[in-house]
Amino acid sequence: MSILVDENTKVICQGLTGQQGRFHAQQMLAYGTQLVGGVTPGKGGQVQLGLPIFDTVLEAKQQTQATVSIIYVPAAFAADAIMEAAFAGMALIVCITEGIPTQDMIHVKAVLAHTQARLIGPNCPGIITPTACKIGIMPGHIHLAGRVGVISRSGTLTYEAVAQLTATGLGQSTCIGIGGDAIIGMDFVDCLALFEADEKTDGIIMIGEIGGDAEEKAASFIQAHVSKPVVAFIAGSSAPEGKRMGHAGAIISGTAGTAASKFKALQQAGVHIEYNPTLLGQRMLTILAE
Amino acid sequence: MNLHEYQAKEILQQYSIGVPQGVLVHNPEEAMLASKTLQSDRVVVKAQVHAGGRGKAGGVKLCKHAQLVETAAAMLGIHLHTAQTDQAGKLVRQVWVEEAVNIAHEYYLAILLDRSQHCISFMLSTQGGTDIEEIAKTSPQDILQLAIHPSAGLQAWHIRQMAFFLQLEKQHQRQFSTLVRQLYQAFCQTDASMLELNPLVRTQEGQFIALDAKFSIDDNALYRQKVIADMRDFAEEDALEVKAAQYGLNYISLDGDIGCMVNGAGLAMATMDMIHLKGSRPANFLDVGGGVSQDTVAHGFRLLLEQNHLKAILVNIFGGIVRCDLIALGLIEALKTHDLHIPLVMRLVGTHEKEGRQLIEDAGLAVLWAHDLDEAAQLAVATHGESS
Repeated sequence: MSILVDENTKVICQGLTGQQGRFHAQQMLAYGTQLVGGVTPGKGGQVQLGLPIFDTVLEAKQQTQATVSIIYVPAAFAADAIMEAAFAGMALIVCITEGIPTQDMIHVKAVLAHTQARLIGPNCPGIITPTACKIGIMPGHIHLAGRVGVISRSGTLTYEAVAQLTATGLGQSTCIGIGGDAIIGMDFVDCLALFEADEKTDGIIMIGEIGGDAEEKAASFIQAHVSKPVVAFIAGSSAPEGKRMGHAGAIISGTAGTAASKFKALQQAGVHIEYNPTLLGQRMLTILAE
Repeated sequence: MNLHEYQAKEILQQYSIGVPQGVLVHNPEEAMLASKTLQSDRVVVKAQVHAGGRGKAGGVKLCKHAQLVETAAAMLGIHLHTAQTDQAGKLVRQVWVEEAVNIAHEYYLAILLDRSQHCISFMLSTQGGTDIEEIAKTSPQDILQLAIHPSAGLQAWHIRQMAFFLQLEKQHQRQFSTLVRQLYQAFCQTDASMLELNPLVRTQEGQFIALDAKFSIDDNALYRQKVIADMRDFAEEDALEVKAAQYGLNYISLDGDIGCMVNGAGLAMATMDMIHLKGSRPANFLDVGGGVSQDTVAHGFRLLLEQNHLKAILVNIFGGIVRCDLIALGLIEALKTHDLHIPLVMRLVGTHEKEGRQLIEDAGLAVLWAHDLDEAAQLAVATHGESS
């Protein structure tokens, strides 16, 4: 077990009967994830991929004892789906959906503070503890069970880092895609705290990008609370100001949110920064060998 | 999505927020009609372009009523070069002519999505009509930032705090309170990401007027803001980006000459960064995204191949959901109608990568294969400019 999810974790899927939900649920089952049911309002009683479908998250939780929900619900309904899961008592909610209105997420974040739920995402690839539990859309086969934690705002860029760690033999303890939106659930700081406390994690790779101040906040946290080595890359050094670079949260406003300021803050906090994203695995290998 | 000043003012008016009376003008004839409608001694002619810094560039002109038509006519059709435009500048297709007001004081008031505090925040200053970023540097004590907790919403004490900060006299406070409540409601109901009044003016007659308004709407919310979505002025956006969006491609024009196609926004940015590291510059950001179809990929390739200034193309695919054979088929389809006249570097890894490579090799395409992103960027920069 590394952080948050392991071989014992039971998962339900909100949106399992939809195209995206079904496809990725199949992949998750093939990986060995304990996916135990799905939720689609109005389709309670049906069966999909051999799994029971429920009308509500509460019912699904009561019948399956799942503690995690993964959400593939369209953007217009996703905020509501997150809150339903939180109030049903889910410990962890992973929201893959991209395109949720920002004001909805402001509301969701405030509401979730009143529940026990942790949220990963939205607009994220999910979370994986290699060989044990895959909750999301990442390609399982590129991962290797190991000792480096990965926290990333990206999807496919994370896979680059993961492939490098696998190639060096270091492997990953848990990989968390925190998502590309401006307002998200768990942030770098939240994940760093968990990795620092995890005896199965020796080092941490952070992949940030332009926009916001999450990496700067992480830098302060690392300085005060993280003893394990951190290697960081920030995507978007070459991005122009004012343009939303794909991710809703990847935008430089005026002088705020530049890659340069993030690299600087992290470096000052003792983080091993790397400007070349193809060298992350190697860098971590070198550091851990010392 | 950005709105023009005149559109922002239209919306603010719907929320009973004071704006100067104005007319939208596209040509001298409309200017003449405007001079009949507007009755003030002086008027302001303002270029309607999606770029800040218009004033300094000659895009905002105060003039006497008698000079309205000539001032408007002179501004129409020019290219405005501001600190925020590129070299070509922005073509002025329309101007907003409004009645000048008698200014007693200029304030700065903005409402924005505060991602650091995860809430909506107000930003105010007694120094309106100036560069707020300068104020932030030189006299930050003149700026009030007020976070509105989502559970509480806008409350009376928030408004009092703002009024005292702005040193408003008692007789102006009630009107200010109504104004703030209306602005907040407008911000929330339109799913705005930013609403900036710079300046918010208190006139000599004691009215609060939004003299300038910058209004941006959250792109993610446009599906439920149909009226506002219809206000979109595509002419103010990059033509290639608009075309790409129609095909479902996430495309941003940049100033280099190495074309890019990548899956995933973070990876696309990292690919651009790698090109920079290797000494060259990307021509674009292009994220083909997870659910992409062969057709969409073909459109993406055509878009790149049609740009004559490109000296190389770099394709970086790390396919999880995206299938490599789909990318290959899209390329082959595009090349049925378009020539491959520049080096094409491909890094194709992940789902169905063998099938993808095979398809390209079977088609006899001159592709330079790279195993990883470093090699891909290296090759693209090294060969760019060589004709194939």
